[in-house]
Amino acid sequence: MAAAEDSRPFAGLSDVSISEDIPVEGDISVPVGSSRRDDELSTLDEPVKETILRDLRAVGKKFVHVLYPKRSSALLRDWDLWGPLLLCVTLALLLQGGAADSDNQGGPQFAEVFVIIWFGSIIITLNSKLLGGTISFFQSLCVLGYCIMPLTVAMAVCRLVLLGVTGSVGFAVRLAVVTVSFGWSTFASTAFLTDSQPPNRKALVVYPVFLFYFVISWMVLTFSPSQ
Amino acid sequence: MASPNDLQFQEFEEAAELLSADPGASTLSIPATNSPPTASGGGEDVKLDLSEDEEGQEESSELLGGQKPAGGFWTFEYYQSFFNVDTMQVLDRVKGSVMPLPGRNFIKHHLRSNPDLYGPFWICVTLVFSVVISGNISTFLSQKGDPTYHYRPQFHRVTIAAVVIFMYAWLVPVGLWGFLKWRQGTERQIGGYSILETVCVYGYSLFIYIPTSVLWIIPHDWVHWTLILVAMVISGSVLVLTFWPVVRDDTRVMAVATVATIVVLHTLLAVGCKLYFFQTAPIPIPKPTIHGALNTTKPH
Repeated sequence: MAAAEDSRPFAGLSDVSISEDIPVEGDISVPVGSSRRDDELSTLDEPVKETILRDLRAVGKKFVHVLYPKRSSALLRDWDLWGPLLLCVTLALLLQGGAADSDNQGGPQFAEVFVIIWFGSIIITLNSKLLGGTISFFQSLCVLGYCIMPLTVAMAVCRLVLLGVTGSVGFAVRLAVVTVSFGWSTFASTAFLTDSQPPNRKALVVYPVFLFYFVISWMVLTFSPSQ
Repeated sequence: MASPNDLQFQEFEEAAELLSADPGASTLSIPATNSPPTASGGGEDVKLDLSEDEEGQEESSELLGGQKPAGGFWTFEYYQSFFNVDTMQVLDRVKGSVMPLPGRNFIKHHLRSNPDLYGPFWICVTLVFSVVISGNISTFLSQKGDPTYHYRPQFHRVTIAAVVIFMYAWLVPVGLWGFLKWRQGTERQIGGYSILETVCVYGYSLFIYIPTSVLWIIPHDWVHWTLILVAMVISGSVLVLTFWPVVRDDTRVMAVATVATIVVLHTLLAVGCKLYFFQTAPIPIPKPTIHGALNTTKPH
C-alpha cells in the first residue's frame, strides 16, 4: 500500500525514541560583536567631561605640533577650528584696553582683529587654492589659525613687559620677542603648507602668509596702553 | 630686436591688412570676459603679428597653449585661469613695471596675453599696509621730541587706505577700459586691451609706490617730494607707454586728454597718500596738559 511504502524510508525512525534520561543541553550564543562595536563608537553615553576633554586633548596636541614644527600631517589630518577660535579671541581680548579706545586714533578694535585674522586666513587659503594648491579649505584655515599661537604668547609677554618696564628698554625687549615669534609663526605655517603647493609657485603662496603674520605682529608690537 | 616701435607699427598694419583680406581667418585673440563678438571677428581682439620673428613665435605658441578661461564664471577653474602664473613670471612683471623702457609696451612685452590677478591684488594689499605702517612710523619719528606726544597706532587708517587704493586700482582701469572701448566704437582704433589686462597693468604700475612709501619714513619734506617725483615718473611712464599706442590713432585732442587724465589721476593718488598719511607738520593735540592731568587722577 502507498501509505505503508511511503512510511518505509522513515520506518526506522519509529524505533528511535528520545529518552528523558539524556539531558539536552548546550550553549546557544548569538555573537554580540556588532553591538559591542557600536558601543565603542557611540559616545552618547559617555560623561560630558570625557567629551570636552577629548576635544581639548586634540587641541593641545596640535599646540605642541606648532611649538615643534616638523613636517607632520597631524595638523592636516584631524583639522579643527577650536584652536584658531580660541587663539583669535585671546589675541583680540589682549589687544583691548589700548590707547584711548574712545577716539579712533587707537589700536584695532575687537571686530577689526577678528576680521583681519579670519578674512586674512580665508583670502590666503583662496589664493593658495587658486594657484593650484591641493590642500583643502578647512585644513589651511586650521594651520594658519594654529600658527598664530606664538604671536598670542608674544602678546601676553608684551603686556607683562609693559606693566613693568617702559621706555626704550621695554620697546627693545618687545621688539625682540615679537620678531622671534613672527619668524616662528611664519616658519611653522610654511612647514605645514609648502608640501601641498606646486613647486614653481611656492614663493607666491608663502608671501601672503608672511604678510599676514607681519600685520598681526605689527598689531602686537604697536599695542600701547592708555595712560 | 631692432627698433621695437617700428615693429609694433608694422604689426598692426600687417595684421589689419591680413584680416581685411580674409575676414574669416583665424585670429589669435585675448580672452575677454564681456565682449560680444562683433562682425569683424572680435573687435577687441589684439591683432598680433603672425610674422616670423622669434617673439611672434613665442607669443603664438604661448597663446595656443590654451589661455582661454575654462568653464563658466560659476566654476572654480574659471578663476583659476586668472592665477596661471609662476614665481618667475610675477617677478619679471614686477621688474618690468619698475624699469619701463621706451618702446616696451608692458602688456605686449610682459603680460603676453596671460594677464593675472595675483599681482594686482597682492600689490594693492601690500601697498595698503606699507603706506599705513610707514605713515605711522614717520609720524612717530617726526614727533618724538614732543613731550606731550603719546604714541597712537592709528589703525583706522587701514580702512581708509584700503578703500582708496582698491577703488583706484580696480575702478579706474574699468572706467578707462570702458572709455577706450567707446572710442574704439566711434573711431577706428586698432587694438584695445581687455579689461583684465588694463587692471593688470594698473596693479603692477602701483608696485613702485611700495618702496617709495617705505622710504617716506625719512622725515624730511624734500625727500618726500623727490621720491614722489621719481615714483610718478616711473609709474606714469609705464601707463603712458602702454596706452599711447592705443589712443594715438584717435584725434589729437582725445589722445592727449586721455593720457593726461591717466597721469593726473595717478598723481592725485600719490600726492593724496603722501599728504594724508605722512604729515610732517605736528598734529594738533587738543589741550594735552589738562587731559593728561585728568587721566592720571581717574582710575582706569
